[in-house]
Amino acid sequence: MGVIMKISEVPQDDIKTLNGVKKALYAVDDQGCYAKTTTGGWEAEEVVLNQVIGDFDEKAGETASRVRNNETSPIEYFMYKNWMDSPTLAQAMGLYHWQVKRHFKPSIFKKLDDRTLAGYATLFRTSVDVLKNFPGED
Amino acid sequence: MAELKPLEHRHYAHCESGVVTALLRCHGLDLSEPMVFGITGGLTFAYIPFIKITNMPLISYRMLPGSIIKGAGKNLDVQFRTRRYREKEKALAELTTLVDRGEIVGLQTSVYWLPYFPPEMRFQFNAHNLIVYGREGDEFLISDPVFEHPVRIKADDLQNARFARGRLAPKGFIYYPVRVNPSIDLREAIKKSIKRTVRMMLYAPIPFIGVKGIHYMGRQIERLKIREDPRYVRLFLGHIVRMQEEIGTGGGGFRFIYAAFLQEAGRLMGSTRLEEASRMMTEAGDMWRRFASACAKACKSKTGDFDVAEIAQLVQKCAIQEKHVYSHLKSIKL
Repeated sequence: MGVIMKISEVPQDDIKTLNGVKKALYAVDDQGCYAKTTTGGWEAEEVVLNQVIGDFDEKAGETASRVRNNETSPIEYFMYKNWMDSPTLAQAMGLYHWQVKRHFKPSIFKKLDDRTLAGYATLFRTSVDVLKNFPGED
Repeated sequence: MAELKPLEHRHYAHCESGVVTALLRCHGLDLSEPMVFGITGGLTFAYIPFIKITNMPLISYRMLPGSIIKGAGKNLDVQFRTRRYREKEKALAELTTLVDRGEIVGLQTSVYWLPYFPPEMRFQFNAHNLIVYGREGDEFLISDPVFEHPVRIKADDLQNARFARGRLAPKGFIYYPVRVNPSIDLREAIKKSIKRTVRMMLYAPIPFIGVKGIHYMGRQIERLKIREDPRYVRLFLGHIVRMQEEIGTGGGGFRFIYAAFLQEAGRLMGSTRLEEASRMMTEAGDMWRRFASACAKACKSKTGDFDVAEIAQLVQKCAIQEKHVYSHLKSIKL
């Protein structure tokens, strides 16, 4: 990994997490002058991003089996699927943390009104149907 | 409304400084992005242990979102019209009216709702800035400074992005300059802003900010060695690197963009000592990247056979180097 920020040594690792997007940055040329240049990403960035995504995916996987065992609701599963934790989810929904935690209870989840479910579905970029009929496999 | 220059999309390192730079250029003040970032006082370091984001401490290498816009008002004599909304429909109606009459405006948005972002980047981050410069039917024409090319977005998606809830919720925040002073005295602005940044980095009254904050983060990393759980250690290190290197930072936690500012300022003021400060700051940026590289290596290690004390040492070196930079800057008579 090149670490000296010369234009000629700016990492060009074309990392997958950037999905082809190039980033602009400032680096020095051979005369020591700063100029704008672009990068296809640095491997270090990709490693740490994949790590946190991997952590969420793992949690989603564990949660999926807990949903199947009726220990939690699909809300918790989709929360991890969308890379949130419960305080973040509560904020994004405009709810209190305890309300979201309560919605994790399968018995409460079954009784949720359609408006609340629609709110969750929009946030999770999915449909109420998918929320209600948890796919069960992943 | 004064006659605007048409927007020419350019690619920038950071979203907020990019938007402000582009808006100012449309209004006749043509500055570089590093100049805008430096003069508005964008640089900082903060490690706030009691504010948690997905269970990790708040770490920032730059000032709070919105501070570049505010700083442009304070240090560049720019007057912005700004507005937040309670009603979504009103926000959309006003945006439509503005762009239809040719105004070029900045918006605060959540990347979670921006479909053109790489999927892996779409976290709940509510302080992304972009420019709207036109409309075609149901689609707005977007100049997003961290992308190479202009993009388009459907009104529905834009509404979601402007009204995402949570931390730093944008509440439809819209801003655009109404008065720009094209003959602003840059030297005065540069002096003032460097002084402010130096004061904050060296003498912040709390131990979580500036050079003290960097030392503090070093000690927190050092303390990780008593943690049993290597998974947590890796996530913690990864979290720091993300704040430092991800899209919008220009790499090295904004240190390179600030070094570019110092170089440009040095040339403008004929100060070789400022240019020297720029080289020192570049070195600080390189040190930060060495630290990031070590963290990434630790994150990849399956066995946990990495030495957190060594990684902590790298951070302490960054702190010492940055102290040199600010002390040097302080000693320059501008």
